[in-house]
Amino acid sequence: MIKDFVVLAYKNLRRRGLRSYLTLLGIFIGIAVVVVLVSLGDGLRMAVNAQFNVGSTQVLTVQAGGLTGYGPPGSGVVTPLTKEDADAIEKINNVEMVIPRNLATLKAEFNNKLSVSYAATLPKGKNRDLIFETLDLEVQYGQKLKDTDTNKVVLGNDFLDKDKNGFGKAMKVGDKIVLNEKEFRVTGILAKKGSFIMDKIILMDEDELRALIGESDKVDIIAVRVNSKDAMDQVKTDIEKLLRQRRNVKEGEEDFSVSTPQAMLATVNQVLLGVQIFIVIIALISIVVGAIGIVNTMTTSVLERKKEIGIMKAIGAKNSDIFLQFFVEAGMLGLIGGILGIIAGTILGYIGGLGINSFIGSTMRPNIDFTFLVLVLAGSFSVGAIAGISPAMKAAKQRPVEALRG
Amino acid sequence: MHKLLIPPIPLIIMNPGLIELKDVKKYYHMGESIVKAVDGMDIKIHEGDFVAIMGPSGSGKSTAMNLVGSLDLATQGDIFLDGTDIEFLDESDLAQLRGKKIGFIFQQFNLIPNLTAKENIMLPMMFQGTHSSEREARAEKLLKMVELGDRMDHYPGQLSGGQQQRVAIARALANDPEVILADEPTGNLDTKTGEMVMAFLEDLNRKGKTVIMVTHDPKLAHEHAKIIYQIKDGKVEKKMKKAGRTWKVFK
Repeated sequence: MIKDFVVLAYKNLRRRGLRSYLTLLGIFIGIAVVVVLVSLGDGLRMAVNAQFNVGSTQVLTVQAGGLTGYGPPGSGVVTPLTKEDADAIEKINNVEMVIPRNLATLKAEFNNKLSVSYAATLPKGKNRDLIFETLDLEVQYGQKLKDTDTNKVVLGNDFLDKDKNGFGKAMKVGDKIVLNEKEFRVTGILAKKGSFIMDKIILMDEDELRALIGESDKVDIIAVRVNSKDAMDQVKTDIEKLLRQRRNVKEGEEDFSVSTPQAMLATVNQVLLGVQIFIVIIALISIVVGAIGIVNTMTTSVLERKKEIGIMKAIGAKNSDIFLQFFVEAGMLGLIGGILGIIAGTILGYIGGLGINSFIGSTMRPNIDFTFLVLVLAGSFSVGAIAGISPAMKAAKQRPVEALRG
Repeated sequence: MHKLLIPPIPLIIMNPGLIELKDVKKYYHMGESIVKAVDGMDIKIHEGDFVAIMGPSGSGKSTAMNLVGSLDLATQGDIFLDGTDIEFLDESDLAQLRGKKIGFIFQQFNLIPNLTAKENIMLPMMFQGTHSSEREARAEKLLKMVELGDRMDHYPGQLSGGQQQRVAIARALANDPEVILADEPTGNLDTKTGEMVMAFLEDLNRKGKTVIMVTHDPKLAHEHAKIIYQIKDGKVEKKMKKAGRTWKVFK
């Protein structure tokens, strides 16, 4: 019996052709957005998290705050951190190692072309390995910087790509690159990291970079390695206390920040979640508008097919038969919207994934779960069917004689 | 205007007609005034009759047809369909009973436009809960009977008026009803096609079906019917019965 109504509903929807498709546009857009969001959501979060280079969970990052607190580390800072700060932090309990680092923007020249690059210092000794470990870096070609190396640099993976490095020519180990008018030799190239900062970075010895930018004492970031995860919070508190004293600021007015990788991730994920909620709200509005569209179309349809309802009643249709016909029809509008939405959402999710991957160099892939799709289909049918209840009741209540008159 | 004193049970009456109207009135409100479309009408139709309900437009014959076909309820009086007072049936039970007992043929054919000829004929059976394979077999048989075996999957829009009306006849027969109720069945057809449709109705009557035809055309009524109810001003003006070649008039 229900099968008969499904066939009838399908025929009726086909008869209305374009009008049917316009009606399910709202549901279609809403479902497509939801599918894109869910298929990309987790992948997007992973991809963004990868940008933060959280390799180790036992490293705290200390930065001086500026007037604004925005911008790259070290920019806009009023009172910069110093090497002395780093030395003081090293004396705190449970601190295993302290690595003061500098970051700078350099003028780079290769193949007679100029480009702006982002450089970061590498400390000497075993701290150097630690940087590689905490940032999860590996050298793909050539080798790491040795303590005895002079005027040598290690480059991010994008320098291999002539379209991405800004020089129009691929670089290789052994090439010479001019940084702020000084010549350096490429000794290694890092493996692809999937992060737009790390893939474009120039790593060099700390003393050489400081000399290059004319800074001796200022430090942009202090990385602090703690000897156990459990001590992270305590060390963070101790560093904050120490720096408040050294910088002479009161609690609550800190012009510096000590962040754990988790805290940084949490902030990012919070922003991502906010964006997702916003998009979901838009999708829901679209679905609600779609549902209202279905109510509208079905109500019009009841009026248009008044005579048909009368005929059906004359030849023996019960009120429930008429109700079911319109109800199933509305549900099918929702369902078709859902099916098309899933198809469009999957395609968009795939394209979007490719776009994000090529933009930030990540390797995420859309993830669509079968159960989720079944739920989406059930949901879209329900939205249509619920929207159809009132028009279907209106149809069922038609008096046969009046309906036959048309 | 409800009858409060009559118990809500189907009334079984003696020597029941297949369809019986007893002092039936149907009034409509038109703004301030009341239109008495049917004003005290008695009609009794027996099994095997060929009845014409005849009258000019505005005589109340359409309203009478709706009441005879139990498409509408009376304002006053009783309508019995196969012994059941239809007033005491709920809408859905009435629809079921109507679908089983009466097959309708309309002046406008009234086929469902987006269903094929075969599907249109299957529809009344679907509402009676007939199994789909049986529906299909019967629809095909009926279409062949009205000589449209080669038009099964055509849509109404692809059929001529005469063909559409034959599909409508087949549809009316779908649930093998006792009564065929035809409202101006030839009204939208040319003479020749009209005669063909009338031939089908006469044939059905010969095979035992009760046929009720509503028409404004005295010639059609006299030629084909055995009993004529002549309607005027919402009342039966006269009832005539065919006796050989003459008509016996009752009031």
